[in-house]
Amino acid sequence: MKPSTLPAPAAAEGAALEVEGLRVELRTPSGTVRAVDDVSFSVRKGRTLALLGESGCGKSMTALSIAGLLDPVAEVTEGSVRVSGTDVLRLSPAGRRKLAGPGLSIVFQDALTALNPVQPVGRQLAEPFRIHRGLSRREAKEKAIELMTRVGIPEPRLRARSYPHQFSGGMRQRLLIAMAVALDPDVLIADEPTTALDVTVQAQIMRLLRDLQTERDMAIVLITHDLAVVAQRADDVVVMYAGNVVETGPVHEVFAHPRHPYTKGLLDSVPEHAVRGRPLPAVPGSPPELSAVPSGCVFQARCPLAQERCAQERPHLVSVGASRSAACHFSEELDRV
Amino acid sequence: MTDPADRSSGDTTPEATSVATPEAASPRTRPPRWWLLLGRDRGAAVAAVILGLVFLIALVGRLFIGDRAIRQDLKASLRPPSFDHGFYGLLGTDVLGRSVLARLIEAAGTTLYVAVPAVLCSLLIGSALGMWAGYHGGWRENIAMRTADVILSFPSLLIAVVVLYVFSPSALNIVLILAVARIPVYLRTARAESAELRSRLFVDAARTFGTPSRNIIYRHILPIALPTLLTVATLDFCFVMLTESSLSFLGIGIQPPDVSWGLMVAQGRQYLQTAWWIAVLPGIAIVLTTVSATVLAAWVRLATDPAQRWRLTLPKKRRGARAAVSPEVIA
Amino acid sequence: MTSFLGRRIVSSAIPLVFVVLGVFCLARLTGNPVDLYLPLSATSQQRAEFSAAHGFDDSIPVQLWDYLTQAAQFDFGTSLRTGQSAATMVLDAFPVTLQLAGVTMLLAILGALLVGSLAAYRPNSLIDRIAGLLSMIAASIPDFWFAIMGVLVFGVGLDWLPTSGTLGGAEVWVLPIATLVIRPFGVLVQVVRGSMVGALSAPYVKVARSKGAGAGRVVFGHALRNAVTPVLTVAGDLTVGLVNGAVIVETIFGWPGIGKLMIDSILQRDFAVLQAAVLITAVTIFALNILVDVCHALIDPRVRQAVPA
Repeated sequence: MKPSTLPAPAAAEGAALEVEGLRVELRTPSGTVRAVDDVSFSVRKGRTLALLGESGCGKSMTALSIAGLLDPVAEVTEGSVRVSGTDVLRLSPAGRRKLAGPGLSIVFQDALTALNPVQPVGRQLAEPFRIHRGLSRREAKEKAIELMTRVGIPEPRLRARSYPHQFSGGMRQRLLIAMAVALDPDVLIADEPTTALDVTVQAQIMRLLRDLQTERDMAIVLITHDLAVVAQRADDVVVMYAGNVVETGPVHEVFAHPRHPYTKGLLDSVPEHAVRGRPLPAVPGSPPELSAVPSGCVFQARCPLAQERCAQERPHLVSVGASRSAACHFSEELDRV
Repeated sequence: MTDPADRSSGDTTPEATSVATPEAASPRTRPPRWWLLLGRDRGAAVAAVILGLVFLIALVGRLFIGDRAIRQDLKASLRPPSFDHGFYGLLGTDVLGRSVLARLIEAAGTTLYVAVPAVLCSLLIGSALGMWAGYHGGWRENIAMRTADVILSFPSLLIAVVVLYVFSPSALNIVLILAVARIPVYLRTARAESAELRSRLFVDAARTFGTPSRNIIYRHILPIALPTLLTVATLDFCFVMLTESSLSFLGIGIQPPDVSWGLMVAQGRQYLQTAWWIAVLPGIAIVLTTVSATVLAAWVRLATDPAQRWRLTLPKKRRGARAAVSPEVIA
Repeated sequence: MTSFLGRRIVSSAIPLVFVVLGVFCLARLTGNPVDLYLPLSATSQQRAEFSAAHGFDDSIPVQLWDYLTQAAQFDFGTSLRTGQSAATMVLDAFPVTLQLAGVTMLLAILGALLVGSLAAYRPNSLIDRIAGLLSMIAASIPDFWFAIMGVLVFGVGLDWLPTSGTLGGAEVWVLPIATLVIRPFGVLVQVVRGSMVGALSAPYVKVARSKGAGAGRVVFGHALRNAVTPVLTVAGDLTVGLVNGAVIVETIFGWPGIGKLMIDSILQRDFAVLQAAVLITAVTIFALNILVDVCHALIDPRVRQAVPA
């Protein structure tokens, strides 16, 4: 078996999650736009893959389409998503529901709105056990209290009766994580799980996620715009831009030698790389509107290397070394810079 | 403030700093013009056309009918709708031989002359007070809200009876009663919007520049609250029309020889078994107008809500062959 | 919870007081009942005696004071029209109105929850479109016209239902209730649908679905309780309208309810009856508002906790 993140499907045998050629379209008043275009990646059990990109680049949309939770405006038009070998996009709604929890689960960004405001948290935590294991109310509640203890909620038996608004942000995120790992999912998607939190709490939550991952041997898809989080927590990274994957590979390699000008631009804009006395470099401009993605390379308008070819021909994701690939006509040159 | 579908995102905040009306704001992010959207929703388009026709008839209809709405002709009493008696006989005549069609046209005028000023008055006063109360908060908000509660708690029909009894039941008095009775609706809506907006960053920013509160309300709060208020007004237009008809039906609204649709139903009621058209047709006129206003209000609410507007685009998919309507090219 | 209730009681009592006082004063603006109850030929002495006997010669503040002190002893005066005690007349009429209002709102709320949820579950589906159009028509149809059409079709044309009156079995209820229910139903379907669509697109519903919850659990277990708050508020307002008297229905179908009693008393300047009627409806509405607030607090734990702003 080849190393993990090559987009080729053959590379991903035994992977917990394989996404292949995923395309998501959104209906807007001005027409249909492509929010996710030909996205492929895979993750094995016990590994963490980061989906990295600016907001609006399609990473959350990717997560929602994997979990089957897209709003009715959005639709998966092509591609496949396999969880432990089962193609979930071709499952019946009932089949999907069976998989939601034990197969795949998701942790959302804003825990305050992701928890039902009018239900005691204990009942919400017990719900997976009620749905999938058919436990009685009391048994499920015991399980919920166990979970609360595991994720570090003090006085769980008492707090199970509290409502979400009575918890702090960090505690709510713990509850949300507890709910997601309740049934030991094969794949856990974490959609910006720490964005809404204080820095100190962020570290605690990330540590909790890692501990749970080791303990339960889950594959984690970590969606984030935070380069530091990717560097510390992820094994592999998929860099997305305007709905497209621009570069993939093991984190340490990609971050050490980016092979796509966008990845390089992102890394250069991190303060640690800055030179004192010079302005902090930033990627100039802003991502294209989804309705106005150019026909050539998606990044051409902001790219320092852009040439005529980039305006005409969209670069495909091609292998640029062992288990790495990038979508740039000039990735070789970039490596030499 | 906990609203997850944060309405400030993208759509309203940047534009709000200019005085631009919602339609004029930023053509780039808002490509479909409203009439194109309207054209795509068949129901709303039909409603708009009906409402437009009613307004047109109300405005100019009286010029054409002369005195036919009140001219009696006892020989022509209770003629059923038919093609035999010319244009004005199309919908039959009432017991005094007056043309029902002419009376319907005349009544359209009366009905709208009552409903439109009443809605405009309560919209202006209610929104102004509501935005002021919501922006300042504190005692001003309390007083405004309690006043609204008091007005809403009065049995409105009873008050209408008292006032119309004390003063004469003229059209002006009906307008005043309806306007006062509906002020709380706008007051509450405007207050809610402006109380939510006052804590937004762009309002804080304006305040730090020393912008007088009057200007903040006018430039920053009004443009955002306006679509909601207009939707409420469209819906309320129905309510006011229905109330006026009810009052006229009960004999305490529009008085003969004036005529309104509600009064026509009342007058036709006793001939229900022999001459159904006298009571049925004005009722249909009321239903057509109010339903159109409701349909249009629902559409406006959808079209002005960035989080909901996508729904208007759904039917297009089914009309695949006609997708050329929207020429925007997608990469 | 108690402080929350206390504040709500105080703020709901303000309109109660204003309504009772307002109607008292407004009624007296309509003129002295003397003109209506004594013949035109009555001498000025007779007129003065009549006024003095009923206290109409006092100034309004004095009349108000008398009214309040007597009302405090549950003496609401007698009707000028019938000579009966005002309290008896009102207590005869009010149950009729309460029954009408109760049955109407029960049907409207249950029907609206069902239809609105169905419509919201698949926005823009056929069911949603039909429910949307029907509810809009229902909410904007003039009730007096609907009642007349009902009488015309089912009473006169088909002769299935009585055209008026309260004597008889279930059939006498059909037309009045149908007339009353149509508007609240139309309004509530739209409210339920709107708030249900909102609740169903909330993140916690996504989370519930990510736990594998089916449609029933998502709608009834998670969304409904969150969506029901605005429904409750609107239903409360609609009930207030009904308790204040379904004048149209009471007039057309000849039901002796509180609305008709109020209008008749004002037309006859039967102040004692009018005041008693307004008092009982105002107190009922006050109680109703408190009930709605308690329901809010029971449904939403955040309301229970809310500290005064």
